[in-house]
Order: sequence, then C-alpha cells, then structure tokens
Amino acid sequence: MADLVRRNHWVVRVTHWVNVVAIIVMAGSGMRIFNAHPAFARPGERFPLNPWEGHAIPKWLTFGAWLGGARHWHFAMMWILVLNGLAYLVFLFLHGEWRDVVPRKGDARDAIEMLRFYLFLRRDHPIQGKHNALQKSAYFAMPVLGVIIVLSGLAIWKPVTLGFITVLFVNYKWARVVHFVAMVLLIVLALIHVFMVFAVDPYALRSIITGWYNRANSPEARNARPFYHLVAPRRSSAESETDA
Amino acid sequence: MDRRRFVTISAASLSGALLAACNANPEKASKLLALAEHGNESIERGLFRHTAMDSVPSAAALAGKDFPKYFISDRVPVWDPAVRGVWRLEVSGAVRTPLSLTLEQLAALPRVAQKVDHFCVEGWNARAEWTGVRVSELARLAGATADAHYVDFAGFDNDYHESWDMESAMHPQTLVAYGMDGRMLGPGHGAPARVHSPIKLGYKNTKYLTRMVFMPSRNGGYWSDQGYEWYGGT
Ligand code: HEM
Ligand code: HEM
Repeated sequence: MADLVRRNHWVVRVTHWVNVVAIIVMAGSGMRIFNAHPAFARPGERFPLNPWEGHAIPKWLTFGAWLGGARHWHFAMMWILVLNGLAYLVFLFLHGEWRDVVPRKGDARDAIEMLRFYLFLRRDHPIQGKHNALQKSAYFAMPVLGVIIVLSGLAIWKPVTLGFITVLFVNYKWARVVHFVAMVLLIVLALIHVFMVFAVDPYALRSIITGWYNRANSPEARNARPFYHLVAPRRSSAESETDA
Repeated sequence: MDRRRFVTISAASLSGALLAACNANPEKASKLLALAEHGNESIERGLFRHTAMDSVPSAAALAGKDFPKYFISDRVPVWDPAVRGVWRLEVSGAVRTPLSLTLEQLAALPRVAQKVDHFCVEGWNARAEWTGVRVSELARLAGATADAHYVDFAGFDNDYHESWDMESAMHPQTLVAYGMDGRMLGPGHGAPARVHSPIKLGYKNTKYLTRMVFMPSRNGGYWSDQGYEWYGGT
C-alpha cells in the first residue's frame, strides 16, 4: 500500500543540511582551538574532572590547520550556524511543527516502551507520531544543546565585553568546560542519530532530501528495530512507486 | 514540483559552496574568512564599553610563580643600562607634548592596582594583581590629538609590537604595568614595564615596553601580521 506524504518542509531540509556542514566545521575548528592548550586548569591549578587533562585530540579530527586559522573558521561559521539555527527554530514555531519535537506528558513512558521494543522485550512497534519518543527527545535535546553552546561560546569569546553572559556559567573557565562538554554531547547525539537513520529508517533519507516519505515503509509499518526488518516488503515499495 | 526542484538545487548549491570554501579553493575561503573577521571586528567594536570590566573575586587565588612567561627573543630580554642607557618609555606620535619617562617618573604618576584575568589566545586564563598607570592617563598627559585613532605598543623583545584601537587603549583597565603581585615586574613578565589589560588577548599586551605611538591608522603587530586577529578583544 503506497502512502506517500510530504514529511519535511523545504525550510527543515535546507536548514538541516546547512547545519550539518556548520556543526562539522565548528566542532573541528573548536577541537583545533582546544589543542592549542588541551587543558581546563588555570596555570598552577589542577582539574581532576578531566581524566585526559593535557592530552590533545587526534589531529585528523580537527579542522583549520593552525590555531589562528581554526579561530577564523570558528568565528566565521558561527554566524551561519546561528542564523541557520534561528531560521529552523522560527519555522518550527510558526508552522506548529515544534509539536513534533517538544516533549509532552507521556513521552517518558513512550520512550521506555521504545527501549523495550528495541531490546526485544516488546513485540510490536509502539504507535508514534512523526517521530518515536526516543527520536523526539534527541531532536529536542539537539537545539537545547545548540543554545547552550552558542551562549557559552559568546561567554568565552567576549568574557569582558559580554561578561554578563560569562557569569551565567560562573566564570570563563567553567564556560569553557560547558562549551566543550556540550559539544561532545551534541556530537554523540548526532552520531547516534546518523547510526539510527541507517540502521532503522533509511527511507527517511528521502524525506530529508526531497521531502517525500512513504509511510508504508515507516519503522512502525515494518516493525523495525536496528538492523531488523530493515528492508520493506517488496510489494508495498513497488506499489508506492507506481502511485507516485 | 518546480519549487521542490528549486529548493533541492539551492540546498545542494549552498552546501556545495560551503564545502568548496573549505577544500577546493583556499584563496576564496581566506577571502571569506577575512570578510568575516572584518565584520566581527565591527561588531566587537560596536559592543565595546568602558563600563564593561573584568572582575575577579577578591578571594580568588593568583597564578603567582605559575603565571606563564613568554617572549620571542632567544633569551629572556633584559634591559642592560650599561649598554642601552637608562630605560625610558617614549610616548609620541599624534600628541601635543611627547613624553619620555623613566621608571621613577612613571611610578610617580597616579597609580592603579587591579586583580584581573589574563586571557591567552590558546584558551587558558591566569590571574594576577597588576600595578601601573592607566594608558588613558598617559594619553591625557601627552595630549593625544583628535588624529589619535590607534596606538602602537612596541618593546625591546626583538621587534615585537602590537597596535590597538584607541577605545580599547583608553579602557580604565588598560595599564602600563610595572608591578605584579605586589612586587616589581620580573624579567620573565616584561620588566621594566609592559602593557596589561584583560580586555585584549595576551598577545596584544606588549611586554618589555619602550614606545607608545599614537597614530591615525593601525600598523598591525607581531602576531597580527602572522594571521591572528588584529582586534583580539575579549
Ligand atoms: C555562536 C557560536 C559559538 C561561539 C561564539 C564560539 C566561541 C568559541 C571560542 C571563543 C572558543 C575559544 C575558547 C578558547 O580559547 O579556549 C571556542 C572554542 C571551542 N568551540 Fe566554540 N563557539 C561557538 C559554537 C561552537 C559549536 C557549535 C561547537 C561544536 C559543535 C563549538 C566547539 C568548540 C570547541 C570544541 C572549542 C574548544 C574548547 C576550548 O578550548 O575551550 N563551538 N568557541
Ligand atoms: C550534526 C549533525 C546532525 C544534526 C544536529 C541533525 C539533527 C536533526 C534533527 C533535529 C532532525 C529533525 C528535524 C525535524 O523533524 O524538524 C533531523 C532529521 C533527520 N536527519 Fe539529521 N542531523 C544531523 C546529521 C544528519 C546526517 C549526517 C544524516 C544522514 C546521513 C541525517 C539524516 C536525517 C534524516 C534522514 C532525518 C529525518 C528523520 C525523519 O524525518 O524522521 N542527519 N536531524
């Protein structure tokens, strides 16, 4: 049964891919900046919270070649990141699609049901809206982390001129820690996100490129877990093509 | 259908342009980066306020002997009066009365002591208490003219210098410091006197200071000329 729907508006698709480029450049150049002095302790102090204090991040993960170059990339790309992020958030708000990502009552229970399903403790895929409850919490956490990264970034970019932002994070040193930890969390979420796209719902790739999605192939319809029922039954996908 | 196509193509070309900027065409990329640096400088100068000051809690620990030392010469630059004569700070350029001050004369001027951060471009920050004279006080004494839009701070650590915008130089926390943590400045930290301000990154704070030149236009600096941001503000 073909069930083609328009799933992702062009604003969502454009901002998604611009964001992917921006985040990669920001994280890469940020890690190159970090490597200039890969420690959070002030001179003469210790910082036991970081077990790798003093150890640089592997060079191949970094971007910008040298400290000055990485800083130029970081402070240029931040505008694209922020303007693009605002465009996405304003769109979600005006279009009512924030409902697809903002958690509501019952999401915690639904997330537990999703986990049980993935762990084979439950047989049928839970009923979901656009996204399942785990996806929803990840898609909500990402912009929240984004806001934290931007605020802590401003706090360490202008710790005197914008000192009123820096004090939100106690001081410069802790703002640096928050900026770094938020980056790590965002990258981990993004990696899980990409893994799940390929392992559970590769059909969604079409929806984030052209906008179209065949509901007959949705994880819910396929009862799909990671790498389980990855390929939709042949009949439905053939039919969907002719109907399109 | 048409709009879909348009959107797909524009999204593709936008990401393409971004990616091209990274790899294929470093020259174009560096032009874009220079443009962004220029834009950022305008914004930073627009946001700049003399009332926005660095503050360090009075109980905070100072870096003390762990405060990093750095210079570009092969060895610690030390002013040897037997070779170079008495050390003096020359204040010149767009001023009505150029000054030439010995350390004693400098120390006799209105004195400021402040416990502030030092922000290094590498990412660390360190705290110290600096004693010295406000650059704005020196500008007032020398009678900086309306042409003075920039100040170049030069020292005797080879040809180290960095030029600043006038607003940052006139910030109340921008000092010509001759004391650190209650003692005279040590040779590792820029003795006899250096620029110190929390409102610029470390590399803008010229050590081993000898000359302050007020100018109508900027003239770069040791690290700025090697590609670090000229503005380097915090
Ligand atoms: C408006 C947005 C942002 C601003 C203003 C900003 C600003 C800064 C500044 C000033 C630094 C230098 C800190 C230092 O010298 O140590 C820095 C470092 C860094 N940034 Fe950002 N940043 C932004 C967004 C991001 C994003 C989106 C990421 C990654 C996803 C990121 C990752 C990093 C990392 C990993 C570091 C190195 C941490 C450190 O050494 O302190 N930043 N950022
Ligand atoms: C920094 C990296 C990334 C971030 C922060 C990110 C974030 C997001 C967010 C927030 C959404 C939800 C959009 C909405 O419904 O409004 C989304 C959707 C999606 N993303 Fe990503 N993404 C990233 C990278 C990627 C990559 C590399 C791929 C593919 C290889 C990808 C594939 C998808 C797909 C297919 C969807 C649509 C899911 C659906 O409609 O159910 N993402 N992404």
